[in-house]
Amino acid sequence: MNDIAQGLLAALHLIVTFDQELWEISLRSLQVSLTALIIASAIAMPFGTFLAVQRFKYRRLVISIINALMGLPPVVVGLIIYILLSRSGPFGVFGLLFTPWAMIIAQVVIITPIIASISHQAMRELWAEYHDLLISLNTSKWQRIKTLIWDGRRNLLTAGLAGFGRAIGEVGAIMIVGGNIDHATRVLTTAIALETGKGDFALALGLGFVLIGLALFVNMAIHWLSRTEREGRW
Amino acid sequence: MSEMFPLTLSNLSVRRRGKTVLGPIDLVIDQGGPMMVIGPNGSGKTTLLRVMHGIERISEGTATWAQSDQANHGYVFQSPVVLRRSVAENLSYPLQLINTPKPQIKTAVDHWIDRIGLTKVKDGSATRLSGGERQKLAIARALIRDPDVLFLDEPCSNLDGQSTREIEALLLATAAAGTRVIMATHDMGQARRLASGVLFVMGGRIIETGSAPDIFSAPKTAELKAFLKGDILI
Ligand SMILES: Nc1ncnc2c1ncn2[C@@H]1O[C@H](COP(=O)(O)OP(=O)(O)O)[C@@H](O)[C@H]1O
Ligand SMILES: [Mg+2]
Repeated sequence: MNDIAQGLLAALHLIVTFDQELWEISLRSLQVSLTALIIASAIAMPFGTFLAVQRFKYRRLVISIINALMGLPPVVVGLIIYILLSRSGPFGVFGLLFTPWAMIIAQVVIITPIIASISHQAMRELWAEYHDLLISLNTSKWQRIKTLIWDGRRNLLTAGLAGFGRAIGEVGAIMIVGGNIDHATRVLTTAIALETGKGDFALALGLGFVLIGLALFVNMAIHWLSRTEREGRW
Repeated sequence: MSEMFPLTLSNLSVRRRGKTVLGPIDLVIDQGGPMMVIGPNGSGKTTLLRVMHGIERISEGTATWAQSDQANHGYVFQSPVVLRRSVAENLSYPLQLINTPKPQIKTAVDHWIDRIGLTKVKDGSATRLSGGERQKLAIARALIRDPDVLFLDEPCSNLDGQSTREIEALLLATAAAGTRVIMATHDMGQARRLASGVLFVMGGRIIETGSAPDIFSAPKTAELKAFLKGDILI
């Protein structure tokens, strides 16, 4: 109990004093995870929608693969990306290992299946609702996908938020590919792991509260943004 | 627009799961006034309308419009499909699909929204409309491309008297303006009020066709006689 109170105090202290380091790693956390979110969404949302609309031979197989990929252990993802990006690996020449980009790649790999799966589920329901009308209006495949994405944007947002929550809280993969390097690849989760290891529980807890606050803040901000355009304007 | 007809169904059958749902049918539908498709529940009315509209897979035979390349149909489903958009956006949607210029869309939307009496809720979400309002919206949306033929599948089956009267008036005006109305109904009163021609369907077959006065006052087949007397449960 005392530890938690101390953690809260530590968090408060860090925030009100605009602690330089806290700002830096919080911003980096946001940057990395929001970038990963944008990239993953750009892949997963159209793909999930496509899977809902298009029938093809191996559709069920593809859906099972995506669902299976949701359960990928992040540490293993990190390890594989480490091998691919390391100097001797196939993508070694880009020099991405131990940079924020390596962490972004890892997070994209982890959350793309999650966003794709939730998007697919939501879009399948919407497609069942819209199917007859869109067929009757003689829509092209692309028009169908556009319509579903637009009208299902609230559900897609939920899918995105689930992915973001997973990304910003992830530690195993980015620790491996980012290296938790001060002023370079240190983010909130890896800093928490570090401080816990050092035995500085108050600071670790403080960082933990900041992480939770940040996740909540992004959630509310996005929900609020979606609320302001709730009623369709002509 | 009259060049669309005749519609010729020849040796047409629809089979689903080994069961013949419709057919075999040989039928020529020529230009004319509102045509009512009547028959008991499960007799194949919906399937027949969908075949005519071209959204139901045909198992055998053909359905041919005189000018299929210029097919301009509207279709209103039994339970109206409402896009999760504003009322106005529901109406503009079919026009946007065919890249109608914006000013033209606005004129058409304003016209139709006024005709169905929904001007006040123009920018409100269409999903919040009542059953009667939804159905009127679906009809207006089907008419907004000024189709040559308007199909309706039991559009008043769940509506109160007031909405039914409004929709019937709208359909009569539509027919007078030159759009062919082809409509399934199991409300015989409605069929009498609207029909110029009648198709009587039972067990997937066309049992009897004719002008409304002939069908209602001088039915020929035993099945139609029984149906009109109310001896066949619907
Ligand atoms: N996809 C389908 N699979 C199996 N049976 C079907 C299918 N579509 C329609 N049917 C059957 O075909 C018959 C005719 O249906 P329908 O055209 O909806 O009749 P109605 O509109 O006159 O009530 C019904 O017995 C229905 O159960
Ligand atoms: Mg039906």
